Amino acid sequence: MLRPLLLAALLLSGAPAQGFEIEAERLFQGSAPVAEVRLLSTTDSDIAAPLIEAFLQTRPDLSVRYVMASSREVYAAIADEGAPFDLVISSAMDLQMKLANDGFARPHSSDAALALPDWARWRDLLFGFALEPVVTVVSLSGFQGLPIPQTRHDLIALLRENPERFTDRIGTYDPHGSGAGYLFATEDARQTDAFWRLAEVMGRLNARLYCCSVDMVEDLAECRILIAYNVVGSYAATHARSLPDAGIIEMQDFTQALLRTGLIPVGAPRPDLGAALLDFTMSPAGQALARGPTAFPPLDTGAIRLSAHIRPIRLDPGLLVGLDRMTRARFLREWDAAMTQP
Amino acid sequence: MSAAPLPPLRRTLLLQLLLGAAVMALGLYLAVRTTAERATEAAQDAILITAVASVADGLRGTEQGVEFELNRATFSMIAAAGQDRLFWRVQVGATTLTGYDDLPLPTRTPDGTAPELYDAAYRDADLRLAAVARSVMGRDGLQPALIVLGQTRFGQRAIAGQLAKDAALAGLAFFALAVPLALLFTNSVLGPVRRLAEAVERRGPADLRSLDHPTPRELVPFVAALNSFIARLRATLSQTETFIAEAAHHIRTPLSTVRAETEIALRRAESEETRTRLRSVIRAVDESARSAGQLLDHAMVAYRSNRMKRTEIDLAALLGDLARSFAPTAELRDIALGVSPAPGPARVLGDRVLVESALRNLIDNALKYTDPEGSVHLSLTRTPTRITVEVRDTGRGLAGADIALLTTRFQRGPNSGDVVGSGLGLTIVAEVAQAMGGEFALEQAEGGGTVARLSFVPC
Repeated sequence: MLRPLLLAALLLSGAPAQGFEIEAERLFQGSAPVAEVRLLSTTDSDIAAPLIEAFLQTRPDLSVRYVMASSREVYAAIADEGAPFDLVISSAMDLQMKLANDGFARPHSSDAALALPDWARWRDLLFGFALEPVVTVVSLSGFQGLPIPQTRHDLIALLRENPERFTDRIGTYDPHGSGAGYLFATEDARQTDAFWRLAEVMGRLNARLYCCSVDMVEDLAECRILIAYNVVGSYAATHARSLPDAGIIEMQDFTQALLRTGLIPVGAPRPDLGAALLDFTMSPAGQALARGPTAFPPLDTGAIRLSAHIRPIRLDPGLLVGLDRMTRARFLREWDAAMTQP
Repeated sequence: MSAAPLPPLRRTLLLQLLLGAAVMALGLYLAVRTTAERATEAAQDAILITAVASVADGLRGTEQGVEFELNRATFSMIAAAGQDRLFWRVQVGATTLTGYDDLPLPTRTPDGTAPELYDAAYRDADLRLAAVARSVMGRDGLQPALIVLGQTRFGQRAIAGQLAKDAALAGLAFFALAVPLALLFTNSVLGPVRRLAEAVERRGPADLRSLDHPTPRELVPFVAALNSFIARLRATLSQTETFIAEAAHHIRTPLSTVRAETEIALRRAESEETRTRLRSVIRAVDESARSAGQLLDHAMVAYRSNRMKRTEIDLAALLGDLARSFAPTAELRDIALGVSPAPGPARVLGDRVLVESALRNLIDNALKYTDPEGSVHLSLTRTPTRITVEVRDTGRGLAGADIALLTTRFQRGPNSGDVVGSGLGLTIVAEVAQAMGGEFALEQAEGGGTVARLSFVPC
């Protein structure tokens, strides 16, 4: 009678129900690991690797289990399943904000956290550690004889005047399928009316819609498109190096900047270790690494102050608006209407 | 039984002033804190009401159905500097269309004109919520809608907390200011009392004038009572003096009459037995007169030493006078009474009656305890700091008796049995020495006899 019960218990404890979809998992080992930090991230582990390895140099007693998932899955893992992670890093600011707002983040206070500028932190729950401009990438060879647009107005005018060259050759995020694309689109719409005119023009030119920055940049590299609008800066920078033909444009009317944020879940098995890793990413040492080739761009307050066109997306509960299902549905209807020309 | 002493007025007054200041400081703090909380809460409620109205404006009925749109700016603003958590819920009919579908609803449905404000706990947080009622045209016709917006109050509490902290600082500053002021007030209020006490303390023991000191009205009854007491004391003392003089007169006069009559009787008596009896009567009368005199002397010394009349006395002259007045007695007893010539005048400040009484007792004692054929010698020596009168006799000495014993009232030396005496003579001398700040010493003289020294400070 005892045995089946025990077996059931073993099954239950040994195989925790894992409903969310993992894209990749990797274990970074310190030199003498005695404990493990469980990190859930939306970022490819290759990009995060230098940061994690530098962290393990300072904490050889740890290893880092790096689990990668899409931003929706990351949100679901924490909010719906209470999956045991010590730190959650995501580029989806709105979903991270919702986790913090809904009480899934654990308060954290440290010197590194307090040193963050106000716009890079929400209360003692959500901390930005990397800032990425959202850029436009163009194929310089495809622009022969045409001026490189510096503002959205330039871009609209350019597209209107040269429909034959740009038809079918513009790429941008599909806000239906991509959380980041939806966030960029809503922020654009909030900041400028030009966004809707741009959507109309892009719709008329039969723009291609993408799920991810990477695909957009790849299609650009293969000359399938000439303009990729709203690309996350780090992907653009990475590919621009291997693609001398690409021109990266920070729109001068405004260029949004995305904060990658970290939070410690309330259900963290080792919140102290999560906090240690989070603090390292915000520390001068961690930020210095962020300037490396394959890494997160640093939180460069000085650069933002110098370039007035860079506008970090506001890290506040206003982000929750985009997640309201009716608000979202209404926005997407409007977007569809703008993109679909009669 | 004396009453337990009360704590000093100064301390009581100071403590009460400080206690009052502390209570006022605390009151100030509480008042400001409460006001700050109410004010910030009211301000935040006003923002919340505006915000929920703005959110409700996002609800629209269209031909396709109900549409709803949240405004990011509204949310950013309501979140009060980005510090507060926000929750919302839009319900049309009985269906939650969007937002948090478990967000607590108001217990009373708002009536459409004013939003309903309420508090509720939700997701480990205390929320302030506002609900507003609308009606919206959907596909199923006109339906009631309820829009709820809730927020945490971290921002408001932070502001209220900061204000409360400022209020606490103000309270502390108020108290800190009150401390020196309280000290100042206490000193100023108690000043007249202290000056009065000092005036009373400064007085000599014999100063029996009325207190004539500027006095606050509250102390007037006290000073009046004190003055009346002083007046009564003065009257009593004056009566005592009169009584002593009267008593001396009334005792001495009849005694001398008895003595004189007895002497006459003695001269006329014929039987030896009667003579013997009469002689013993004379002796007893002498003894009584002497005792009475000394008792009065002692009373006089005790009385006068409290209210001495200091005058300049020339001890050399006084000693000469005394030697002359005792000469008949000495001659009668066959004792040589000598005085060393004085080295000029020797002046001291003191009560002449007391000094004379002391010297008289010393000489009388010396003559009493010296056998016939003996001698008593008086001398005066002076140093810059002392003038000493020395009475040296060839009597029976002290027989080892202690000066402390001999100067005790009614105590006599062990070898004094056969001599008439009251045991008061040396007590008087010692008391006079003490009253005048002088010294009295007795010692056994070499080769028998006693040396008595009474010394005073020269003026």
